[in-house]
Amino acid sequence: MPRPHGGKLIDRKINKDLSEQDLPTIEINTNLSEDIDNIANGVFSPLKGFLCRNDLENVITDKRLESDTPWTIPILLDFSKEELQDIKEGDTVLLTNKENGTIATIDIEEIYSIDKKTLAKKVYGTTDDAHPGVANVFSMKENLLGGTISLYKTKPSAFENYNLSPKETRFLFKEKGWKDVVAFQTRNPPHIGHEYVQKTALTFVDGIFINPIIGKKKKGDFKDEVILESYNTLMKHHYLKERAVMSILRTSMKYAGPREAIHHAIMRKNFGCTHFIVGRDHAGVGDYYGPYDAHDMFSEFPDLGIAPVFFRSFSRCTKCDSVVNDKICPHDQKYHINFSGKKIRELLINGEIPSEDMMRKEVAETILKFKQPFVE
Amino acid sequence: MVEEKDEKKYTTISIPTPLAEKIKKRIEGTGFNSLSSYVTYVLREVISGMEEESDEGFSKEDEERVKDRLRALGYLD
Repeated sequence: MPRPHGGKLIDRKINKDLSEQDLPTIEINTNLSEDIDNIANGVFSPLKGFLCRNDLENVITDKRLESDTPWTIPILLDFSKEELQDIKEGDTVLLTNKENGTIATIDIEEIYSIDKKTLAKKVYGTTDDAHPGVANVFSMKENLLGGTISLYKTKPSAFENYNLSPKETRFLFKEKGWKDVVAFQTRNPPHIGHEYVQKTALTFVDGIFINPIIGKKKKGDFKDEVILESYNTLMKHHYLKERAVMSILRTSMKYAGPREAIHHAIMRKNFGCTHFIVGRDHAGVGDYYGPYDAHDMFSEFPDLGIAPVFFRSFSRCTKCDSVVNDKICPHDQKYHINFSGKKIRELLINGEIPSEDMMRKEVAETILKFKQPFVE
Repeated sequence: MVEEKDEKKYTTISIPTPLAEKIKKRIEGTGFNSLSSYVTYVLREVISGMEEESDEGFSKEDEERVKDRLRALGYLD
């Protein structure tokens, strides 16, 4: 099992009731409260809190923390001048979030600001505010707070039964006797192409860790419960119980393409995985990134500590009568049927079961059991 | 200010000149744009390869708590 990123699994959970202390309180948004959760539980190891300026500048320019540890996505806590009031460096501030029931503190090491355009350009490769990640950067408040957090309380997730911490997954993998574990990230119910990728990767390791990202979704996306149920069905009927595990990851998508692919791999390393599946246009949006830019970026990190498993697009070849990719099939494109998420979605919206060439019947039926499987 | 920061960020090491020349030749036409970037890459690879596997060192109490939860959730029999 790989060492946690940076060498140590961070645990910033505390038992002391922080709400009773007389501290200045700031209500933070749900995305930030998820960041706090992920820092406290070690998903973001080695981070102990939100980035200070030196770390941020290193992340922006070198894709590394000041300690030289690979880190590609800035984890930042932004505040307005009004919220800051007379809060200064050295103070401790209570951070709360109603939706997640978060009660945490930050020991403020640094209050600073950053040029948003530089941040957007370096991290997202564009300053186009049509890019959702860039839009988030531009909507950030003017001040950043860097410092260590402590988490006292958080409300159990709606999917608590699938919510394992890195400490728990590491223990689980060990108990199962898994040495090599491949992680698969998803935001959709599984179609045949996904299953093929997962099983191809699984063939070479001891177990697969299916790790759907749960959280804020946009209209038309599959609901979280649909994704989980559809995977449950697939795993029940088509996976060996002793070879596959699913648990959720509560974090927001940044759509930072290649940089985010590295970040996704780091989180899975902290969960105890040795391999991470990277497909086409990983964490991309629109046409801001090339389809295999994420694959290329891994070559910058010989010290990442988790091995990427690269996959290109899979399709069904009617000549081969099997699932193929461009490396293994000699037949013309006209014989290839792509696993189109869009087409599958359209069929499901109309209450139709997609062909078994695209999606397992049991999976489709599970999705259609939901009155409204999509976010409205 | 930037120069001062860069001075802190980087340090100089000495390697034999013939080796440096060999490396320069070796990296021609690759993605490495300098001797330093190549040496940094190789050293990062070497150092990370020397890291030991993780042994979390669970306390007995911790282990029981985690095991109970995993059993309750059906992850372990």
